[in-house]
Amino acid sequence: MNLFRTALLLAKKDLYSELKTKQILVTQIIFAGLVIVVFSFAFDPANNTTKAVIPGVIWVIIVFAGILGLNRSFISEQRNDTMQGLLAAPMEAASIYFGKFLANFSMILVVELVSIPFLFLLFDFKFFGSLPYFILVIFLGSFGFIAIGTFLAALAANSKSSEMLLPLLLFPITTPILIGVVQATKIILTNMEKLPSAIAWIQLVSAYDVIFFVVCFLLIDYVLEV
Amino acid sequence: MIDIKNLTKQANNKKILRGVDLQVKKGETVAILGPNGAGKSTLLKVLATLIKPTSGIVRINGLDLKKNHIEIKKILGYLPHSSLLYDHYSPLENLVFFGNVYGVRDVEQRAMKLVKDVGLSFFLNEPVKNFSRGMIQRIAIARAIVHDPEVLLLDEPHTGLDQGAISILNNVILSMKEKGSTTLMVTHDFKQAAEICDRIIIVKNGKIVDDFKIKNRNLELVSEKYEMQMEGVS
Repeated sequence: MNLFRTALLLAKKDLYSELKTKQILVTQIIFAGLVIVVFSFAFDPANNTTKAVIPGVIWVIIVFAGILGLNRSFISEQRNDTMQGLLAAPMEAASIYFGKFLANFSMILVVELVSIPFLFLLFDFKFFGSLPYFILVIFLGSFGFIAIGTFLAALAANSKSSEMLLPLLLFPITTPILIGVVQATKIILTNMEKLPSAIAWIQLVSAYDVIFFVVCFLLIDYVLEV
Repeated sequence: MIDIKNLTKQANNKKILRGVDLQVKKGETVAILGPNGAGKSTLLKVLATLIKPTSGIVRINGLDLKKNHIEIKKILGYLPHSSLLYDHYSPLENLVFFGNVYGVRDVEQRAMKLVKDVGLSFFLNEPVKNFSRGMIQRIAIARAIVHDPEVLLLDEPHTGLDQGAISILNNVILSMKEKGSTTLMVTHDFKQAAEICDRIIIVKNGKIVDDFKIKNRNLELVSEKYEMQMEGVS
């Protein structure tokens, strides 16, 4: 129970910090807005083929906005060596990982909540797919991406060029998740007849999420040593 | 209270600690002296569970450091060179956060009392980033003792402090001593070591080379013993 209690405290601390400084969330939302505006200029919303671009744009926003947040998540603990304060406190390393994961996941959900309706609005996209399945895919994809990203952010934080290192480590490992969720999103948004195929992708992503979440949980102890 | 046997720490083929043996009784205030790079801070980091030792046994309050690190962390208060404070948080927010992590009851009242004790009650809700070095160190001291630790590990706590802050820090250490807390303090300040400590340890090249008790704030004895050990060290 202590693991969850301290993880929640840490997540609360990070979110409250974000509320005070507005450094990460604002950057993420501005980035998402820019991507949407640029894509809306590049592709004519009146054209039907443009609809096929939307699943890709959604995941471009989640991936790159996510990286903006992930990069800061552990680097922010280097100022005044606050990470040492957390490691010296009676909490497991897994608790720190889980707390950071919760904070990063909450922030990316806020970005999605703001940017996806804005994207649909600007592209004049009529939603005929299944909303619960769409939400499930977005949730599972974000979960896996942030779970792996939080672990790798902890790993990269000790490097001098951590901002470059994180994407280099993150993209190869999360590629199966990204392929799965882009395919599933495309089917759910544009071709509901192929729903069984989307479900198969969802199952693959779910399995990947669970395996990597558990692996990150078990290995974080070795990553966070001072 | 603290029992260290044959402790070694090696990093990148360099031996930082070379078989440290040390026993500290409950309530003792021990100063750890030594030149830069002697391994003093590493010893403190091992005790604070921040660094895993290469070999050796460390027991604190009868608990093995490797097996019971969470239980041990609950009774440790650690104050390193850095403040370990969140810049954009106020003293109150910092202390409440760390107090909650340590499971302190009535944490807000405890935090307010500590901020008052270190003489910063007027700055209770100001962000720490606006504070001077001395003010930050005072809050850092309060953070280290927010959970009333049984063992206090201090790494050069007097560095950069004005006279007021030094006397606040010394009072904190002495009042913790009265409560029965054990203190290990790495320092280069012989005067402060002689003033508040009742035992001095000198570390050189990762080993304890001298270990003696002092009485009546005998600064001369400390200087004399230190110089004797450091002869030939540049």
